[in-house]
Amino acid sequence: MKGNIRYIIAGIAFGFILVKSEVVSWFRIQEMFHFQSIFMYGIIGLAIIVGFISIQIIKRFNLKDIEGKPITIPPKDITQYKRYIIGGIFFGLGWAMLGACPGPLFALFGAGYTVMIIPIISAVIGTWTYGKLRTKLPH
Amino acid sequence: MHAWPWYVSGPIIGLVVPLLLFLGNKLFGVSENLRHICAICNVGEINFFDYDWKSKGLWNLFFIGGTIIGGFLANNVFNGDGNIDISKKTVSSLQTMGIHNFNGLLPAQIFSWSSLTHPVDIIILVAGGFLIGFGSRYAGGCTSGHAISGLADLQLASLIAVVGFFIGGLIMTYFILPFLLAGLH
Repeated sequence: MKGNIRYIIAGIAFGFILVKSEVVSWFRIQEMFHFQSIFMYGIIGLAIIVGFISIQIIKRFNLKDIEGKPITIPPKDITQYKRYIIGGIFFGLGWAMLGACPGPLFALFGAGYTVMIIPIISAVIGTWTYGKLRTKLPH
Repeated sequence: MHAWPWYVSGPIIGLVVPLLLFLGNKLFGVSENLRHICAICNVGEINFFDYDWKSKGLWNLFFIGGTIIGGFLANNVFNGDGNIDISKKTVSSLQTMGIHNFNGLLPAQIFSWSSLTHPVDIIILVAGGFLIGFGSRYAGGCTSGHAISGLADLQLASLIAVVGFFIGGLIMTYFILPFLLAGLH
């Protein structure tokens, strides 16, 4: 519990910025998928660039975490390329249908859009269904 | 209602990646939590959910708990209300699809308890959530895990997943959602 307080604080900062930046907005996601503004592309693009530079610095200088342990980032298994494209398409259908992805669902619920509990529960059931069917699906 | 400028919020969101790495070598990825919730419930004794969620995922559950609190603070304590400032082109495309209320972060026609009496609305909330949960675990990540963490680490797998996100997203935006929204009226 005690060691996890830092993650609550990180999560508060994340939820706060998600709402203040409006990336949680259904309207912003529509605008993005209609290619009518740089807004979402600018946010995601700059987030990737900042993440990339940070990871490069961490790797170059072998930086350690606050507990003094080395930071390691496990590579993703590229041999399972089918799962990324097929799973990605399923995810994209849901992202555009709902206008929110998992992080924003939780932030919106907190922001007072309590009806978002329905897609959150539904997303848990979707995840469970994947776990149930996993061995039968192409990866 | 004024959003923080995208060139300010984008870099701050990107900083979540090194923040979680420094806090305890954790990789930023929200959708893993949906799996952890399944592991907590452990309905049906499925292999995929049979792991020690406390050691693997408790930190991340705390993280999304914080995300809920952060969302509350941003919208209620530091209030932002009024019409959203999206592109005029988007406003007119959405108006042709029957969306007329641009107040707040989400259209009340779809995202409110009172609109839930409409079957199309139930389809959007239930099927949309299901696809997100199914697809993110199938693809091994969502916008945070693949589009941000994965691309920042130059993972080809994440690039393929993000291409998939956009294929699915564009199919929904142009071929399915207009018909669903037309059904709302």
